[in-house]
Amino acid sequence: MSEQGEPSLVVSGSIRRRLALLLVGSASVLTAVLFALVHGFARQLAQESQDSILTASATSILDSAAVENGEITVDIPYAALSMLGNVSDDRVFYRVAAGGSFLTGYADLPAPPPQGRPIGFATAPYKGEPVRMATARRSLTLAGRPVEIVVSVAQTLTGRARTLARISRVTLGLGVGFFLASAALALLAARASVRPLDRLAGAVSRRGPKDLRPVSAPVPSEMVPLVRALNRFIERLRISLTRSEELIAEAAHRVRTPLAAVRSQAELVLRRVERPENRRALREMIRALDESSRAAGQLLDHAMVSFRTDHLERSRIDLAALLGETVARLRPLADLKDITLELELRDRPQLSGDSILLQSALHNLLDNAIKYSPPESTIRIALEQAGAQTRIILRDEGPGFPARNAERLTRRFARGENAADTVGSGLGLTIAREVVQAHGGRLLLANRRERSGACVTLLLPS
Amino acid sequence: MRFLLIEDNARLAGAVSDGLRLDGHVVDVAPDLSTADEFMKTGDYDLILLDIMLPDGDGRSFLKAHRERQDDTPVIVLTARSEVSDRVGMLDLGADDYLMKPFDFSELEARCRAVLRRRAGAADNRRRFGNLSFDPLAGTLQVADRRIRLRNRELRLLEVLLAAPGRIHSKARLADRLFAYDEDVSENAIEVYVARLRKHLAGADVTIETVRGLGYRLVGP
Repeated sequence: MSEQGEPSLVVSGSIRRRLALLLVGSASVLTAVLFALVHGFARQLAQESQDSILTASATSILDSAAVENGEITVDIPYAALSMLGNVSDDRVFYRVAAGGSFLTGYADLPAPPPQGRPIGFATAPYKGEPVRMATARRSLTLAGRPVEIVVSVAQTLTGRARTLARISRVTLGLGVGFFLASAALALLAARASVRPLDRLAGAVSRRGPKDLRPVSAPVPSEMVPLVRALNRFIERLRISLTRSEELIAEAAHRVRTPLAAVRSQAELVLRRVERPENRRALREMIRALDESSRAAGQLLDHAMVSFRTDHLERSRIDLAALLGETVARLRPLADLKDITLELELRDRPQLSGDSILLQSALHNLLDNAIKYSPPESTIRIALEQAGAQTRIILRDEGPGFPARNAERLTRRFARGENAADTVGSGLGLTIAREVVQAHGGRLLLANRRERSGACVTLLLPS
Repeated sequence: MRFLLIEDNARLAGAVSDGLRLDGHVVDVAPDLSTADEFMKTGDYDLILLDIMLPDGDGRSFLKAHRERQDDTPVIVLTARSEVSDRVGMLDLGADDYLMKPFDFSELEARCRAVLRRRAGAADNRRRFGNLSFDPLAGTLQVADRRIRLRNRELRLLEVLLAAPGRIHSKARLADRLFAYDEDVSENAIEVYVARLRKHLAGADVTIETVRGLGYRLVGP
């Protein structure tokens, strides 16, 4: 994508970033939810397993309660407490009460309020530590009266907390891992989903100035409206460009043909007229016609050059062949003044550039040289390769650039400014300079040292 | 030389054909493509001058058809457009050269000469006068056994003189034919070229005579 000056383009957000943020955001929410769920589930499982061991312990103690000799006896089985101790090194407390009076164990273990269910669970602080407690109840008959036996078994929560912490760590690790993986995938997905846009932009911006075909590459369905609108726009542009090209052609034809008629008739009349003042007037008329048509031609040329330099239609160019063609084309004009065009091809450099533009530049420079050269002089055109640069040098035997300005011209060119007006040749030099600059090169103007004459050098990077 | 001029602007066609006829050429003028086709069936031309925008079609289609017929009569396109891409396109279509309107008569002649020289194979273009043999396309002059290469202006001067032997050409007339309109040359500059031509004609039974106060004329044996 070209970054060259779109100052008024307002950028609001980025689809890729928005998409990536959305995907990463939802991944993080999902990860948090997953973590909470797993954590809650693990906590519940840990509690349930602790509860069931506490229940088993309390129940086995309760089962050992019996009435012997008119007394309630509780023989706490070893297994009842060891099964708790086996699980972890948590401290275990118990309390057995019968008919509301304490029998054995830890008297200050808080007795839970009676609940509807045979086994109740509670979490409460005891001896400065939270404990989980299971309470089982059973009624025994003592002396014909029912006595309720209440067995509470409690265990501290250290083991459970440790297990939970381990599970949390693992879950957290997994969660972070999943999050990172899904974030990476989200970024990839976001990039992949905007890739068709990048491709479309690339395809459109790589086009040459005259390529106004509709976009026909396959695009995803979401982009169809965009591409359709783009194609309609291209079509409108093509129509209006064609129309203006036709208009220019038509206008040029309508203006230049009568001009040509007038010019040819004037020349014809000049052949027949004898009186010097009439002849002078006719010559003036022809000169004026030539000036105006030359100016019109160069204006059109310049418009074309400006249009094309915006976007070079590059191809591989055989500069020697191009120069040869241009020289051949101008040779009849040079012949009229018995000017010899000497073409010296020292190398045959290949160049990537816009052949129409380069031809236009060379044509203008050579046309200028012929215009300013005296009859029977020689214009030398040399093409050579000097390191990474291709040099085209035109040397004529004309008056050269104005002496006072020659230095200033090159100096001004060194600053990249337009000095064409000081030469008085109109746009020829401007066109050449713009073309050369568009190709990353330089146009040097100087006067020849060994004799009078201009020396124009085109420096082009190979 | 026989020319076919295909041009719809009557004034331009008239001026160009008059100019060519003054130089002793035969010119047929076709104002549109269908007339041009008629002329092409009956005539045999040395050169075709073709306008691009014509009332009944595009000159380029004529050019294409012309080349498809394997007709190798050279074509010079007269165009009002100046874009290099147009010109390149014209040459690709088989035009031998093109001229931008408005054009200089001497440029037209120069381009015609260049195109014909490229095409001239076995054809004998020599003109004989006395013991002179002059080939305007090759630019050579033969006097008895001596062969001379003429420069362009010498050649054109001789061409003008040879076109009407015996007629008096004023210096101004000759200057018009030799010098461009944007050149500031005095009519006396023609003397240089006359002097050179006289040197070339040494040993010939043809001389360039000065008619005092009037100009020059070519006098034969």
